[in-house]
Amino acid sequence: MSRNLYDLIGLAAGICFILALKGLSSPKSARRGNLIGAVGATIATVIVFFYANEGKPLNNQTLILAAIAFGTLVGVPAARKVQMTQMPQLVALFNGVGGGAAALVAIVEYLKLGDTASTAVVIATVFTVIVGCVSFSGSIITFLKLQEIMTTRPVIFPLGRQIIALTLIGVLVSGGWVISSGGTTPLLANGLLSLLFGVLFVLPVGGADVPIVISLLNAFTGLTVAASGYVLQTTLLIVAGTLVGASGTILTRLMAEAMGRSLFGTLFGAFTAKAQASVGEADARPVKSGSPDDVAILLNYAQRVVIVPGFGLAVAQAQHTVRELADLLASKGVEVAYGIHPVAGRMPGHMNVLLAEANVPYEQLVEMEEINPTFPQTDVVLVVGANDVVNPAAKTTPGCPIYGMPILDVALAGNVIFLKRSMRPGFAGIENELLYEAKTTLLFGDAKDSLTKVVSALKGL
Amino acid sequence: MASELMSNEIALLAIFLLSIFVGFEVVSKVSTTLHTPLMSGANAIHGVILVGAIVVADHAKTNLELGLALAAVILATINMVGGFVVTDRMLQMFKGKPKSKKDSGEGK
Repeated sequence: MSRNLYDLIGLAAGICFILALKGLSSPKSARRGNLIGAVGATIATVIVFFYANEGKPLNNQTLILAAIAFGTLVGVPAARKVQMTQMPQLVALFNGVGGGAAALVAIVEYLKLGDTASTAVVIATVFTVIVGCVSFSGSIITFLKLQEIMTTRPVIFPLGRQIIALTLIGVLVSGGWVISSGGTTPLLANGLLSLLFGVLFVLPVGGADVPIVISLLNAFTGLTVAASGYVLQTTLLIVAGTLVGASGTILTRLMAEAMGRSLFGTLFGAFTAKAQASVGEADARPVKSGSPDDVAILLNYAQRVVIVPGFGLAVAQAQHTVRELADLLASKGVEVAYGIHPVAGRMPGHMNVLLAEANVPYEQLVEMEEINPTFPQTDVVLVVGANDVVNPAAKTTPGCPIYGMPILDVALAGNVIFLKRSMRPGFAGIENELLYEAKTTLLFGDAKDSLTKVVSALKGL
Repeated sequence: MASELMSNEIALLAIFLLSIFVGFEVVSKVSTTLHTPLMSGANAIHGVILVGAIVVADHAKTNLELGLALAAVILATINMVGGFVVTDRMLQMFKGKPKSKKDSGEGK
């Protein structure tokens, strides 16, 4: 296959990626967009077999095919079997391995080129190794946080800022060392320090900011792919990587805006984080807890009910039960809507995915800006397994980790019912003052059990 | 020779810069609902580093290079294939009129 033909087909694949991103930006075309992207990636992968070794079968072709088969056997079942609730961490993991792959590609090419590499290529290699390694180890940490294998709270350790700053200097110095003198030892040091920096960079990020970090690391991986495309002089990799880097950066900013977070604050949280006393002096105050019957009565005599679903609903797999409750209320003439916070669940849009899975009518899903003005006219708000997204501390407590995040103003409604498993604070680890207010009723237990009991109590009324 | 190399570099730079603008442009207006699938889809697209991994696996001269390259092939495949499949699963949920839960049969 000639270079020109290869480049032309590569261009077609690149256009597929542009169309894929375009398609993914609108609900109607999103699924098709994803398929177009998959087609582009398949084309790109197939043609490289006909081009890379000047038309002859590739060296190590069997091993390469076996590796692809192995990767598919790992990736596809993971993607198909993962619970929708755990999807964000899977995306984080996929992103991390992509970053790792890009770093490995650049390292292998560097080993092969040895002294013949031009300075520009070495710089691109160092960039790929640094950012790819940061993306890899950082994504692993975000995975561990989302999976709650490790604490979701910001991890702050003594002298943390100094250690992080020193590591960053080490990364840059070792990178400079590679560029000035070459050799594998500096590159190895550079890679290891970058891995360490990735870990330190993500550790101080609090649970609520993790989605932003995943999105940012995603953009990083895109840029590493672009840089390794430069190392290999492959146009397609430059196009695909840059597209993801640019769109990922915009997406990160949009997400940060939706969550009311400063991107700068999130990124440099590592450097500015101070150990803060947790806001936890309120523990021992009394709360009003009710029975399923109390809740059913409140709901039955309401005119307008807003359901605020949170991650707890997803964990309990209560999507279907909550829809049953909503249908039942609607049949009794109660007006029902769902108030969807942009980051309900673990990521922007996550809750929409979960509720769509339970066939909740799309019109009932109301976004935050639209539902907030209606809370004063709402009789009952039913908060199902949500906490941070309705926590007034985001408005009233400067310095708390979610301060500044837009919230659902459920406190303006007549009554607030919380379905909670326990008094444990939410994902961000902050106490919720709303739980102690007089208008609030708590119903403890697994969200699905509680909802089932409320439904049967409501039927008996 | 030198000028030829130069123009190649400039061409790559142009491609890089234009791709930045296209990337900014295509996602500048997207509702929060689609943030997660869009991120996941973009994530799958950078799995195309698989192409680079295959190229270096072909070029590999030593066992070390080959081993690292094959590891890159595996990781990149997981990123790419898994990424597209999980994005498709997410988007399957967004389909308009429900044919209820029998949807799972038509996953690709």
